[in-house]
Amino acid sequence: MKLPKPRLSLALLSALLAGTVGAQWLPLGKDQVHDPQSPVIDILQAPGEALSQLPPDDAGNHVRWVDALRGGYIQPRSTIFDNTQVRLLDQDIVMRNTGSAAYVRFPHRVHTEWLDCSNCHDYLFQRKAGATRMNMLGILSGEACGRCHGAVAFPLTDCKRCHSVPADGQVGQ
Amino acid sequence: MKRVWGVAFALLLPAGAAAEYGDVVLNRYSDDAGMRPVVFPHWFHRMRFRCKVCHHELGFEMRVGANDVTMEGIIQGRYCGMCHNGDVAWSAENCDLCHSGLPGLKTHIVGGHRTGGPGRW
Repeated sequence: MKLPKPRLSLALLSALLAGTVGAQWLPLGKDQVHDPQSPVIDILQAPGEALSQLPPDDAGNHVRWVDALRGGYIQPRSTIFDNTQVRLLDQDIVMRNTGSAAYVRFPHRVHTEWLDCSNCHDYLFQRKAGATRMNMLGILSGEACGRCHGAVAFPLTDCKRCHSVPADGQVGQ
Repeated sequence: MKRVWGVAFALLLPAGAAAEYGDVVLNRYSDDAGMRPVVFPHWFHRMRFRCKVCHHELGFEMRVGANDVTMEGIIQGRYCGMCHNGDVAWSAENCDLCHSGLPGLKTHIVGGHRTGGPGRW
């Protein structure tokens, strides 16, 4: 019975959870994806130069992308073609079949600010509320919400960002 | 107990590399053609275009490896070539600006930041 090992592991785990291991916004030549020998390594913009100017977050790109959009920090184009219809929907869906976790509030508004209806319907989700079965294992494996959340949209590090509505009988958060 | 910690580490460690969250490596053809793999930075593009522009108007599937992106298609104005045509963005003659990845990298997306999420596909 040696205790130090688990204690060390705990310390490392805590550090990982706190985001203190692994620098954010590494120079491209050190990110283990770009080739440091590439002739353009000093021409391409480094992530930190741009992302450090945007509202901060503690995971993913370390950017609150929705705040960046709504606060006018970025003005991304909605269309390339003149005749593309921009479709927005201001409607929340509350998912109540969440076991012991808080209910999930899905805001259509912010999702349609980034995406078109056809990106999700009926390809990932049926239009009828409650008709699509999903669970956290699938989501963590890249299905349903996990198609984007954990790949490009904010990752699955903070349950409360989605599980934001206290279930009946639960203490409010 | 050791196994539990091992699993915990596997789930928590950032996926392999330290590249920016959402970066996509495309290497279906590059290595074989003697070019560096392509690195597509989602962060750079989403500052300028909403997701729907590429994933709705341009037709990019939202799944790494699901898009058969070729230079022929790009030069004909499909996929990246919809913008990278010298008009909206710089044109496809600037090979190195896209083909900037480490040789030998597999096609994947850098994700799963601090989770075992889809970035580990």
